[in-house]
Amino acid sequence: MLREYAPLLLLVGIVIVSAVAMIGLSHAIQTRRPTQVKGMPYESGMPALGGTRDRFSVKFYLVAMLFIVFDLEAVFMIPWAVSFRQLGLLGLIEMLVFVLILLVAYIYVWKRGALEWE
Amino acid sequence: MGMAIDVSVPGGMVLALLPELLLVGWMLVLLLAVAWRHKDEGDQQLAGQLALVGLVSTLLVVLWMWLRDAHAESLVGMIALDGFRYATSAIFLIGAILVVMLSLGYLGRESILTPEYYVLVLLATVGMLFMSSGADLIVIFLGLELMSVSIYVLAGIDRRSAFSAEAAVKYFLLGAFASGFFLYGVALLYGATGTTNLTQMHLQITSLGLETNLMLLCGIGLLLIGFGFKVAAVPFHMWAPDVYDGAPTPITAFMAAAVKAAAFAALIRVLLHALVASDVVWTEIVFWLSAITMIVGNLVALAQTQLKRMLAYSSIGHAGYILAAVASGSEEGAKAFVFYVLVYTLMTLGAFGVLAAIGRRGERDVRVDDLSGLGSRRPWMALAMTVFMLSLLGFPGTAGFIGKWLVLSSVVQADQVILAVLLVLASVVSAGYYLPVVMAMYMRPAAAEDSHSGAQLTGAARWVVGVAAVLLLLLGVWPNRAMDVAADGAEGLRPAPTRVFTD
Repeated sequence: MLREYAPLLLLVGIVIVSAVAMIGLSHAIQTRRPTQVKGMPYESGMPALGGTRDRFSVKFYLVAMLFIVFDLEAVFMIPWAVSFRQLGLLGLIEMLVFVLILLVAYIYVWKRGALEWE
Repeated sequence: MGMAIDVSVPGGMVLALLPELLLVGWMLVLLLAVAWRHKDEGDQQLAGQLALVGLVSTLLVVLWMWLRDAHAESLVGMIALDGFRYATSAIFLIGAILVVMLSLGYLGRESILTPEYYVLVLLATVGMLFMSSGADLIVIFLGLELMSVSIYVLAGIDRRSAFSAEAAVKYFLLGAFASGFFLYGVALLYGATGTTNLTQMHLQITSLGLETNLMLLCGIGLLLIGFGFKVAAVPFHMWAPDVYDGAPTPITAFMAAAVKAAAFAALIRVLLHALVASDVVWTEIVFWLSAITMIVGNLVALAQTQLKRMLAYSSIGHAGYILAAVASGSEEGAKAFVFYVLVYTLMTLGAFGVLAAIGRRGERDVRVDDLSGLGSRRPWMALAMTVFMLSLLGFPGTAGFIGKWLVLSSVVQADQVILAVLLVLASVVSAGYYLPVVMAMYMRPAAAEDSHSGAQLTGAARWVVGVAAVLLLLLGVWPNRAMDVAADGAEGLRPAPTRVFTD
């Protein structure tokens, strides 16, 4: 049974060998001419604005977390919408309960001021 | 006969999940209340009282279902409807009620102003209820996560305290790691048996002869590691002292009592129901876990000078005693567990309640010596603390003794004599750290004229400590009714033998 996987093993072997060969060879035969521009952090081709280890405001994390919650809501809603007819009334009620719970959380987040930037 | 519930129709499912649904409903109401009212201590008190109403009404529903003997019509379902669920659910709810009552005064005194505290306590309790009612590993995992995530936040709820934050981060990292082990165990069990349902798993194991299947055994091992973390069994206990130490004291009590009890309840259901056919294997593992947990927990507790840390290690030792009951692998052991965990909840919450009254600022610096002279300055408080210490020790006349005796008898019945001897020896060692507390209170004079002047049990906390102490004495003298109830709670946990699965 495991023999069927032999080509896969061969593929993994070739990948490893060729990757090591490419990096190793270019490392061995390259010429090094470092300049200051080459040593700068890469920012999509734009001139770098600052260090890469800046600290971000904790507010960004809060927004990201809130985003995930409502993102996941969509993950549940799309399959439900696709099979809406099969699920029938019960499915509708279950989705209403789900949205209601999220709504309560939303109201809480709103009233507690998590959506305000300052 | 009782009330039969058909869980295959929506109405039946709602009825089967009534306690959980009710508590979730209350949690949402509380969340909305907190959304509008979160400005001052009065709002926080209101949140606490609402939480109490929710917990008490859920407890009443659980007791009603138990009295009506609600059971499922079909054998295989995702939700268990049996005495074990009702008994353990009632214990978690009692624990949560006592914790909320302790917190009512505590949060204000420590100037922690986050009414969300009570929302999280309710959410954690919902998770616990699911852990004891889940008859499917997925439901159990869901409950475990719901409980754990709420408790991670609760451990760090005192945002100004670095120790509280450390406790939360430590607990979160190790807890997430443990959940990974648990989930991997579930995956392997599914791989071996093709199901996550506990009843079907048992049927598959017996009908296909998978008792010593390698994948199954690996799954059992990983599952035990996951549970071992949650109940703080040695060698998975490293996080416990720091986390118990740093968390606010009522939450420490909650973790030491209810969280541990919930993990044990799920563990016992999984082992005794789904994996009973492989009991030769897991009783061996649990035997060793229990033995080293008892030894290490009690010996390290001896070396502690701070009261809160001492109680943390003592709770590790108690996890060892409960594991001994699990290692017996019988319904007798499950009965001992139900009784023990009720008693343990009462004495742990009582002891931490007294600690919360004595100390300030998280109680990290209260040493055992600081209790000197409490007996003359605060006689009632000292008396209650004495009852808790003696009960934790297992002194005859207290409920702790009956609990230990039940565990011992289940262990002896399972012919695990070595474990029984170890349990008795560990109890003797534990006198070395419980009794100094009592001695300090009564035999040494107070350090200063004004010591213990701030030690006061106020409001609801007084009721918690008083009721816990009285109940421990009552159960110690008249344990029969509670033992009958515990026996009822453990009945029918093991699946009926030799039923061949045809599908």
